[in-house]
Amino acid sequence: MKRKCDVLVVGGGPGGSLAARHAAEAGADVLLIEKRQEIGSPVRCAEGVSRAWFEEIKVPMDKKWIAKEVDGAKLVSPSGSSFYVDEKMAGNEVGLVLERHLFDKAMAANAARAGAEIMLKTSATGVVKEDEKVVGVTASSYGEPLAIDAKCVIAADGFESQVARWAGLDTSLKQSDITTCFQYRLTGIDIEHMYCEFFIGSAAPGGYVWVFPKDEDTANVGLGILLSQLKKPGEVKGYLDKFIKDNERFAKGQPLEAVSGAVSVSHPLDETVMDGMMLVGDAARLIDPITGGGIAHACLSGMYAGKVAAKALEANDFSKEFFQEYESLWRDRLENKLWRDWMAKEKLITITDEQFDLVIETLAEVGVDKMSVYNILKVIKEELPDLVKDFEEFI
Amino acid sequence: MIVTVEMCMHCAACVGSCPKNAVFLNDTIPLFTDACNRCGRCVKVCPVGALEMEAET
Repeated sequence: MKRKCDVLVVGGGPGGSLAARHAAEAGADVLLIEKRQEIGSPVRCAEGVSRAWFEEIKVPMDKKWIAKEVDGAKLVSPSGSSFYVDEKMAGNEVGLVLERHLFDKAMAANAARAGAEIMLKTSATGVVKEDEKVVGVTASSYGEPLAIDAKCVIAADGFESQVARWAGLDTSLKQSDITTCFQYRLTGIDIEHMYCEFFIGSAAPGGYVWVFPKDEDTANVGLGILLSQLKKPGEVKGYLDKFIKDNERFAKGQPLEAVSGAVSVSHPLDETVMDGMMLVGDAARLIDPITGGGIAHACLSGMYAGKVAAKALEANDFSKEFFQEYESLWRDRLENKLWRDWMAKEKLITITDEQFDLVIETLAEVGVDKMSVYNILKVIKEELPDLVKDFEEFI
Repeated sequence: MIVTVEMCMHCAACVGSCPKNAVFLNDTIPLFTDACNRCGRCVKVCPVGALEMEAET
């Protein structure tokens, strides 16, 4: 079988759907392919995101896909000390806890309303190039081979990021830039109703444990461990089971869902475009290296790529040079933050449990109501000068 | 590579972590191509321990 389209989007997550929507809204003939049989399933996500992003990506908030609204984040040290951070100061992962399976469908429905065609159970199996230019993909649709010709391919294939690699853009990751994760939807537990909780320290080496509330007694309880810090192979689930067993708030909980996966926590790529192709979201490694949050960046980069694809169609120019506009759009908005957080992540790895305890106890004593991360670092600098020597450049 | 199908969660952590792009999900189960250089990254990253390196033949 053969197909033709102007813009082919590979991957039906939020990044792919926003790209498809914005390209279709501008008049492009758009095809979105998704390898699974359902958009938004299975979920591979802790589902936390900040409210502020939705204005920027022009998606009106809808109660249908919001599980819970929270006021901010609670940071818990290894010994159990804690302090609270207001939503506005807590970064891009706090404010809303989504129902991703509904959110993703709503974003894909927006793309469909704009005129995009969606094919489920259709996975890309390779990239077709002519004279070093991407001109389509080979795929398998409901088990049948399918060749898709496209003027422009938007790779939104998530953490796997295989489309880019087939095309010759190296998106492979170092061990120290991969976090491997496991999560339960736990019910029958004591939750902090208005806060997303983050437990730092050796319970999750190089990462953290998250508890994001979904309703009165249910939360996404999961953890991510930096691959370079993982002692025993294949042991992430074991770390989470131990954390839950050792914490009386969670030990009595029962699982409704188990989720596994990995996220990139790398610095930005040197290039996210080539002739005939743009990368968005996790496929472009746009995840925040400290929080592991990727939804907002995926939506934003998807929107940018969709708009640039439509412009390229108008100009009939799908060259790497033309796609520089996409590079500039996301880099102007995100690149500095991604680099800064990646460097901070590299340093955070070196902090011991005792040091985390000291920092959080100090912050709790000083009181950090409505504090920004910047102010927090300033307090640490004043109170614990030895510890922050390495962090000077961020303060 | 030995995949314990009963343990696999189909999450593709192995796919995105593979430095050689040598793993893909055949529908849901990971399959390994000849590009695999037995680096063991996928065994380590698998959140549920479903992968095991087979002995070299």
